[in-house]
Amino acid sequence: MDFISKNLPYLLAGISVGGQYALIAIGYTMVYGILRLINFAHGDIFTVAALVLVYSSTIMPLYLSIPLTLVATVVLGLVVERVAYKPLRNAPRMSVMISAIGVSYLLQNLALYITGGLAQTYPAIPIISNTIKIGPATTKIVTVVTPVLTIVLVFALMQLINHTKIGMAMRSVANDFETSRLMGIKVDNIISMTFVIGSFLAAVGSLLYFTNYASVVPTSGAMPGLKAFVAAVFGGIGSIPGAVIGAFIIGICENIIKGLGWTTFSDAFTFALLIVILIVKPTGLFGEKATDKV
Amino acid sequence: MGKKKNIIISALLLLALLAVIMILEQRLPATHIALTVLKKGCIYSLVAVSMNLLNGFTGLFSLGQAGFMLIGAYAYAVLTIPVDARASVYQYFHGGVIQFSVPVFAGLLASGILAAAFAWLIGLPVLRLKSDYLAIATLGFAEIIRAFFQWDVLGPITNGSNMLRKYPSFTSVTFPFLVCGVCIAVMVLVIHSSYGRAFKAIRDDEIAAEAMGINLAKHKRMAFCISSFFAGVGGGLLAMYQSSIQSQTFKSAMTYEILLIVVIGGLGSVTGSCIASFLFIACSEWWLRFLDVETKIGDFKVPFLRAGFRKVVFSVIIMAIVLFARKGIMGSREFSVDGICKFFKKRFGRKKEVKL
Repeated sequence: MDFISKNLPYLLAGISVGGQYALIAIGYTMVYGILRLINFAHGDIFTVAALVLVYSSTIMPLYLSIPLTLVATVVLGLVVERVAYKPLRNAPRMSVMISAIGVSYLLQNLALYITGGLAQTYPAIPIISNTIKIGPATTKIVTVVTPVLTIVLVFALMQLINHTKIGMAMRSVANDFETSRLMGIKVDNIISMTFVIGSFLAAVGSLLYFTNYASVVPTSGAMPGLKAFVAAVFGGIGSIPGAVIGAFIIGICENIIKGLGWTTFSDAFTFALLIVILIVKPTGLFGEKATDKV
Repeated sequence: MGKKKNIIISALLLLALLAVIMILEQRLPATHIALTVLKKGCIYSLVAVSMNLLNGFTGLFSLGQAGFMLIGAYAYAVLTIPVDARASVYQYFHGGVIQFSVPVFAGLLASGILAAAFAWLIGLPVLRLKSDYLAIATLGFAEIIRAFFQWDVLGPITNGSNMLRKYPSFTSVTFPFLVCGVCIAVMVLVIHSSYGRAFKAIRDDEIAAEAMGINLAKHKRMAFCISSFFAGVGGGLLAMYQSSIQSQTFKSAMTYEILLIVVIGGLGSVTGSCIASFLFIACSEWWLRFLDVETKIGDFKVPFLRAGFRKVVFSVIIMAIVLFARKGIMGSREFSVDGICKFFKKRFGRKKEVKL
């Protein structure tokens, strides 16, 4: 019992962080599934979402600024796709990846310029930043809300992908680009749709993630971004349930390691896990086997 | 022009460049920004060429350069701090465990060798991966190395998350130029050797290269180790330049910067990487500085100009290059006297024909 009461806060924090990583990881995994591109800018889009809320909440009430944040993030995701990735659609995959790194560099510098390099206080969102007691542990309500919301959103997304026309189009584009185009699917629209969904979920993730922190700095999205990516690879990149499960595993493990007093290694652990999975099972837990034809 | 003549002309040009730098160093005040740009630029060009060897010539998309630079920087700093300064540097760790120090060149060599040794170890599992997976795995390793060097248990050696300082550094510009020049020359020799041709074959088509009898695993490992060796030396030089180091400096953002330099210069062009490094450093440290200062023209206050704007403009320029000039400054060509002659003949030779 003593063991549980000691570790329960870490476990709860792990589940909560895992849910937030899951929301980011879906953006990575969907884009990779369709474009075969590691969207390095995704973590920075996550940061920008937080900054939009910080600035908009100073001039308008929260019930307006939260929807504005969601919309602005989606628009940013769309613009990045149209400006930085679309012109390179027929270029080698590495050029697109370099372009993604360039976008990430640009967004970070832009955030640095706007914030002046100072940490910005994140507004307290009512209800979810109140504290509650679960058994022996005291935590914020967001800890409980996150996994529930994550599961609801993922469920809705799975319905969208498996049971609607646009979902069917997405699956077909992920499977074969050229044939889908021949079948009359507007590939560019489908890709934009993917970025819309990914950015929207990243914005929701950012609302939940930064509620646990007092402030935002321009680089605070980089680490969660990378970890979410690792989660996507761990679960098998291209697979949504895989990304969610991977994210929960990483979130929980990371916080348990922190609980054991190895905080320095909580980041390193994530990457060690990545390397182990890449060596043992490069396709991840649920990834499909890709074969190279000569 | 014969090959020999070409080499002689290039060597003469390099000597002339060295002479110009020495004169500049004597004429300019020691704190002039141009000297800073020259020092940092040549260190970055060494690291950029080492990354180009891997990404541009062998086609292995690795993002671990900052990690190897970190190893090099720490190896150099740890080994060369003078014995009597150790007590004050390692004040939280009772003076540290290493109670000797080595000369500067031995330190630089050690930083390269240690980085290469790490690369060999990391390469065993990682080099089996391809394209994006390789990129992510090497990025992950760089992060692990960073966490590892901050670990308290290693404190007596690495000073934990505290700064390392008081090791010998350089003040003249000639020193980094000579070291980087020699290192880049060695890499050029490697690229022109039979190993270099094997690297290019692997880049162009792995399967065809394997069918031609090239040992893929061996050559990939070799390229990885050579590249890391020179990244390590570059890290050591960077430590000397900064005169104090901390593992926080070597984040993945540093790798991204170097990768962008390589892309701007052109993947697969050594001279391109060098030119791009100097341009990159000059722009970010010197030429675009005016964008960071609030300026007034008469009563009109120029909008947007304040701290940080330089970096925004700079990254927009980089994005433009990545999107619209995908081959970079040099593409995969090299800067040479022959090339310039041909270029001018093409431009001005045609005009003569028109006149006739």
